[in-house]
Amino acid sequence: MRSVSVDLNHDASLLIDIPDALCERDKVKFTVHTKTTLSSFQKPDFSVPRQHEDFIWLHDTLVETEDYAGLIIPPVPPKPDFESPREKMHKLGEGEATMTKEEYTKMKQELEAEYLAVFKKTVQVHEVFLQRLSSHPILSKDRNFQIFLEYDQDLTVRRKNAKEMFGGFFKNMVKSADEVLISGIKEVDDFFEQEKTFLLDYYSKIKDSTAKAEKMTRSHKNIADDYIHISATLNTLSADDSTANKKHCGGYYMSSFVFLQKVEGRVASDQELKLTELLRYYMRDIQAAKDLLYRRARALVDYENSNKALDKARLKSRDIPQAEEHQKQCLQKFDKLSESGKKELTSFKGRRVVAFRKNLIEMAELEIKHAKLLRTWLAMV
Amino acid sequence: MNDPLIEPFSSLTENKPTSKIVSEPSDDFVDLTNNLADSPEDAAESVLADVAIDTTEIPLDEPSDDFVDIFGGETEAPREEVVIANVTVKAAAAADKSEVTSDVTDPPGDLKTGSDFEQEANETATDSIIDLSDDLLSSNAQKPPLASDQFVDPLVDFLSDAPPAADAKIPSRATVDLFEDEGNDLFTEPRQTKSAKQQQKSLFGEADEDLFGEPLGATTKKPVIKEPKGKPVPTKAARDVSNMGGPLQDGYTAEPADIFSEEAVTTVPSIKKTSAVNSKTNGVHSEEDTDIFAEATVELSLDSPQEERKKGVPAVPSASAPSVSAATSLAKPQSASLEEPLLGTNDMNAFQTPLPMFRNKTFTVRRRFSDFLGLYEKLSEKHGPNGFIVPPPPEKSILGMTKVKVGKEDSSSADFVERRRAALERYLQRIVHHPSLLQDPDVREFLEREELPRAVGTQALSGAGFLKMINKATDAVSKMTIKMNESDVWFEEKLQEVESADQQFRKLHVLVESLVVHRKELSLNTASFAKSTAMLGSAEDNTALSRALSQLAEVEDKMEQLHQDQATNDTFNFAELIADYIRLLGSVRGSFDHRMKAWQRWQDAQAALQKKRETEAKLLWANKPDKLQLVKEEIAEWEVKVTQYERDFDRVTATVRKEVVRFDKEKARNFKREIINYLECLLQSQQQLIKYWEAFLPEAKAIA
Repeated sequence: MRSVSVDLNHDASLLIDIPDALCERDKVKFTVHTKTTLSSFQKPDFSVPRQHEDFIWLHDTLVETEDYAGLIIPPVPPKPDFESPREKMHKLGEGEATMTKEEYTKMKQELEAEYLAVFKKTVQVHEVFLQRLSSHPILSKDRNFQIFLEYDQDLTVRRKNAKEMFGGFFKNMVKSADEVLISGIKEVDDFFEQEKTFLLDYYSKIKDSTAKAEKMTRSHKNIADDYIHISATLNTLSADDSTANKKHCGGYYMSSFVFLQKVEGRVASDQELKLTELLRYYMRDIQAAKDLLYRRARALVDYENSNKALDKARLKSRDIPQAEEHQKQCLQKFDKLSESGKKELTSFKGRRVVAFRKNLIEMAELEIKHAKLLRTWLAMV
Repeated sequence: MNDPLIEPFSSLTENKPTSKIVSEPSDDFVDLTNNLADSPEDAAESVLADVAIDTTEIPLDEPSDDFVDIFGGETEAPREEVVIANVTVKAAAAADKSEVTSDVTDPPGDLKTGSDFEQEANETATDSIIDLSDDLLSSNAQKPPLASDQFVDPLVDFLSDAPPAADAKIPSRATVDLFEDEGNDLFTEPRQTKSAKQQQKSLFGEADEDLFGEPLGATTKKPVIKEPKGKPVPTKAARDVSNMGGPLQDGYTAEPADIFSEEAVTTVPSIKKTSAVNSKTNGVHSEEDTDIFAEATVELSLDSPQEERKKGVPAVPSASAPSVSAATSLAKPQSASLEEPLLGTNDMNAFQTPLPMFRNKTFTVRRRFSDFLGLYEKLSEKHGPNGFIVPPPPEKSILGMTKVKVGKEDSSSADFVERRRAALERYLQRIVHHPSLLQDPDVREFLEREELPRAVGTQALSGAGFLKMINKATDAVSKMTIKMNESDVWFEEKLQEVESADQQFRKLHVLVESLVVHRKELSLNTASFAKSTAMLGSAEDNTALSRALSQLAEVEDKMEQLHQDQATNDTFNFAELIADYIRLLGSVRGSFDHRMKAWQRWQDAQAALQKKRETEAKLLWANKPDKLQLVKEEIAEWEVKVTQYERDFDRVTATVRKEVVRFDKEKARNFKREIINYLECLLQSQQQLIKYWEAFLPEAKAIA
């Protein structure tokens, strides 16, 4: 089950998946498996070990490549986050004394399941990232991408040092300041103007929705956890009770609550998978699209600046050829960016709609499935 | 012949399963669950219905086999009544086969109407049956409400006929006559209360009318059933319907109270009348039932249809009848229900308590919260030392009350009032279901008297004070446990059991409270997600997707409601239930405590006796005859005391044991029912959920 569907063209020429991943402390090692018919690869079938940082490196190099400025670079997968289940595990360990044994076991199972789910999700987003690259007509030809896939040693990507980290932070600051500036720039193209307002608006909305969906899912999980405790307590209660009748019913209710818990838990995880992940992914994707717009706006500013420089040069009748050349280059770059950007954004839109459709349908179906399951079961009781 | 029935009722069957499963024997907690209903009359209605359903089984536990004989010998007339009623049941039960559950509910009601009169008669003779009889009384009025709202539509047609009401009244007189000899005084009293009730009604007009209107409506149901069946004498039935319909309409249209109340007098009897008519008609078909042993069968069939209903397997009642011992079916509940509490003039809650059928009639009194506490105080003073488990009232909540006082139209205060109303109702239900407590004059006074003297000293019982008292009692228990070398293993085990149950219940309560909190959180989060989704939908530029998103927002909105309802369900069905039991367990401990006190007293007396004897020996040895005489007298006195105390202790022990067994039984039963009820609610919300998502699915698919 894929949490996030992207409109991948199932081109058999380059198939990538992550069949396996290993979790070592904070590091997750992914096995990236590639099957290809492309001649640019040495072998048709190979696997390499990769870490999360390698993915980041790949993403960054793609973003920094000038030629891809007009493309929506697939959003970088989020860092594997095992913090929350780990923390919960810790808490559970602390609270072990206050719980009955089976309660503890069940909670532990639940946490393990959650941990596994997080793990799977992590693998999936990384996979999706690569698949989106591989399905992109231009990005799939990228040299770095191919190295990433093929080079069978550790990439040993140099981790960013503090200075670079700071630099990155500074860059981000500049970028957001720029964004504010740029958003004030008069747009020449209606399409992009529209896109810009749309994406900005959509981004804030989807961000909000994501946060809310996360909260909702968490509430579901909480309820499922409550059911665990309740069923355990009911069980103890009925075990304590000497009335035979009670014993019988006690087990009966307990199983009801166990069932409730299971269903509630599944509702939570499915909602997480289908809805929250979808929203989360598109939140990042829209950020990527916004970045594209940003790059284009930058190019536009460059072009305008070059225009001004040309005017100045003409006024001073000095360096006119260079200025002309520069202006021409900027224009060219801007036009190219606009063109490919337009294409990318349109395809992005289509992709988004398809993904939403698929996930919403799946979610509705799952909700119905769970509810029906529960209904049948309750009716049996 | 059942076919025609299916249609009119098919619409009902949807809702029915709920009550079917719910219809476990019960009493105390009944209201707890049903109070979820928003409108007061709804709540009252369903509450009543529930109680009625449950009634049948409860008596099974009561050892009242002898009852039949007694009643057979004593009251000829009632028996006839019963026979008739029995037939009705049979006929209706046949109709049940078509799964028309609602009409099953009714016949037992009728039946009970019949049998409760006999009970009434017997009550004077046999103490043990008394609670049963009272229960019966209640059941006859309670039953109807269940069906009434559902039958309103069919009734309307009949109503248009508007035949004379006299028809119904005459038979009702007759029934009363039957009991004149035994039940005279009993009946007269209710009469008075009725008139009192009328006055009250004018005071609290709307609330009462609805409540009374429903039972009336229900009476008409039977005839309605008959008609499609094509039984003989449909016209008569129809006429009954219509004159019953009058009051019904009043009830619904909230016409002036006096008209209505006048009709109300005829209500109960007329139920009987209807049944009588029906039975006559049915007698043709089911002759075999009208034989001498009819009474036995009556009670049986009273049980059987309901049990079948529970299982959802329609079976012939007569077949299952013999398996149940006759007297058992004397259904329970005297029931007390609290109507919507009114905020009283003096900044306190005043509760209206329409107690159906205490002494055969419906009456309503207003009680303050402190009155309830006062009642408890009186009862626990009187019965606690005897080892009875006196149901504790809900605690006074200063916080909640202040909220009510300060924030007038706040939803939380309404919630609080409703919570308290339900809790008090369960409290009263427990009292009236207790065979001995019901006998208490204070209980009757509480239920019947117009004005109660202000309960004093209830402040000590309130809030923290009340808790302190319980704690004190618990402390005393633990202190005494050390002193008392328990001779009875059963008690030792029980005490431990109660203590661990108490602990578990407390834990459970915390858990359920947190469940409620989480559920409320979920509801809030869902609401904000819905809003957010709606915004997202409006931002979306793809029309179909935008539409789907706003649909999703709507679905989530509905989910929010569902979650909220579920949270209420959690609170009322579950948390309150557990809170109740925590209090009850406190009472159980209290009864243990009293037993120990009795033991202590006995021991003390024994010690004193021992001392006296020693003194006697000493005196004998010292040869002091003058003092010896005195000491001998004292010894005799103490000997009497010791035997007295020993007997007391034995008595208390027996009572406590009986009470605890009863409590356990009730607990198991209530718990089961409540949990099933709870699951029931869940089931319904799941059904809703399915509906919502299924409606959403095509929208999602429509995204292009």
